[in-house]
Amino acid sequence: MSEVKYSKEHEWIKLEGDVATIGITKHATEMLGDIVFAELPEKGSSVEKDGTAGVVESTKAASDVYTPVSGEIVDTNQAIVDDPSKINQDPENSAWFFKLKIKDPSEMDTLMNKDDYDKFAKETSA
Amino acid sequence: METKKTSLYQLHKDSNAKFVEFAGYQMPIQYSEGIVEEHKFTRNHSGIFDVSHMGQLFIYGGEDLIKDLEKIFPLNLKNLKLNHSKYSFLMDKDAGIHDDLIITKINEGFLIILNAACKDNDFKILKELLNEKHKMVLDVNRSLIAIQGPKSSQILNEIVDGVKNLNFMSGNWFLFENQKVYITRSGYTGEDGFEISIPNNFADRLTRELINKGSKLVGLGARDTLRLEAGLCLYGHDLDKDKTPVEANLKWAISKERISKGDFIGSDIIIKQLTDGVSKIRVGIKPEGRIIAREKTKIFNQSDVLIGEITSGTFGPSVNGPVAMGYVENEFSKKNTKVFLEVRGKKHAASICSLPFYKKSYVKGVNQ
Repeated sequence: MSEVKYSKEHEWIKLEGDVATIGITKHATEMLGDIVFAELPEKGSSVEKDGTAGVVESTKAASDVYTPVSGEIVDTNQAIVDDPSKINQDPENSAWFFKLKIKDPSEMDTLMNKDDYDKFAKETSA
Repeated sequence: METKKTSLYQLHKDSNAKFVEFAGYQMPIQYSEGIVEEHKFTRNHSGIFDVSHMGQLFIYGGEDLIKDLEKIFPLNLKNLKLNHSKYSFLMDKDAGIHDDLIITKINEGFLIILNAACKDNDFKILKELLNEKHKMVLDVNRSLIAIQGPKSSQILNEIVDGVKNLNFMSGNWFLFENQKVYITRSGYTGEDGFEISIPNNFADRLTRELINKGSKLVGLGARDTLRLEAGLCLYGHDLDKDKTPVEANLKWAISKERISKGDFIGSDIIIKQLTDGVSKIRVGIKPEGRIIAREKTKIFNQSDVLIGEITSGTFGPSVNGPVAMGYVENEFSKKNTKVFLEVRGKKHAASICSLPFYKKSYVKGVNQ
């Protein structure tokens, strides 16, 4: 099984071969509250590490979703656009946001592992 | 300045509230179940709202007071029956809105419920306008608890016998543990419900009893989605000093008799706008997709000309889609007019719609 990594912007990323699946963390959904809108990048578009690659909105506010690595978008999860509450229900599994073909696998090394992320999330939300 | 806490602060904390600072108070934005659940529970069952940050202004006086207040509020106060309430405004001479409020005739005078962020300024304005002739008390010893939703009447009546017989927009004094509480059948959610003015020391006990009977605490987050679905204005957003009641499409709240006399503050402008029309007016706006157009979103017509701005916009859990209201140039205010909303640099189709988004179910005439 491939390792899941995490960004400081509260995205998770799972790399399988050269395709990475990206979503937002459970911690992020808890901070956001009920998610009622999701906007995803276009298939075929290129995104740059730490650039905007979507939007989620709760009843309270809109937040950008960033991509933790650069690449070309190869798939997006229409199910979360149709029913954004799925993101609250299963954020780190079925409610992934997009898949991309990774440009530079070494960018993965800049990200946190689960333990480091949990620590980071706890510190930043305290 | 230190943020103030209401009498229910400990209860909010015990109930896992997330707090925000609002108008100088530490207020619960939501509890553990979240805004959507709290919203739906209010619509289907019964929600409790701590609105103790709002101002409870008691003004004492008789005939003279009525005359003096009629110079300020566009209401026919001499015909307002004992324990009946009216929605109104405190305006400046240009009919700009200082605050929107509910005024109730009580035995000794009037009780006026004011917005939290406006109450101190309102008090100053009113004191000056009334020349300190009448006794005015902005009561900080009382809390204000709202209970809203279809089961609220039954739940509150179990604790305070007789409240179920109140009509919409009327109130009375009741007893809770030998304390005088003033309860009106009113609210800000589009649901049947009550607002309870109660001494601070008893607010926590009453609220815990309401929870025991099956009602649940609801935060300011759901209060906002509920009121917006109900098409109700939020001061500081949908209403402010740059908008008049006519522009806000609230002319129903202005007494016709008082307009014909034209002797209240702002009446010149109100009469002029009612005669000549207004250039901008408040409307409901329904985005076509799921995109949420929030406050300050620019509104364009089909020729890409800027015609207005959203003043409130969110996701409506009962409508299950985005809802908004805002001001547009009068010629684009007709129902079903197609408009475009600029969100994150892109234009999204929407249409002008009538308010409310969610149909009210107020109880009228239970005594008749």
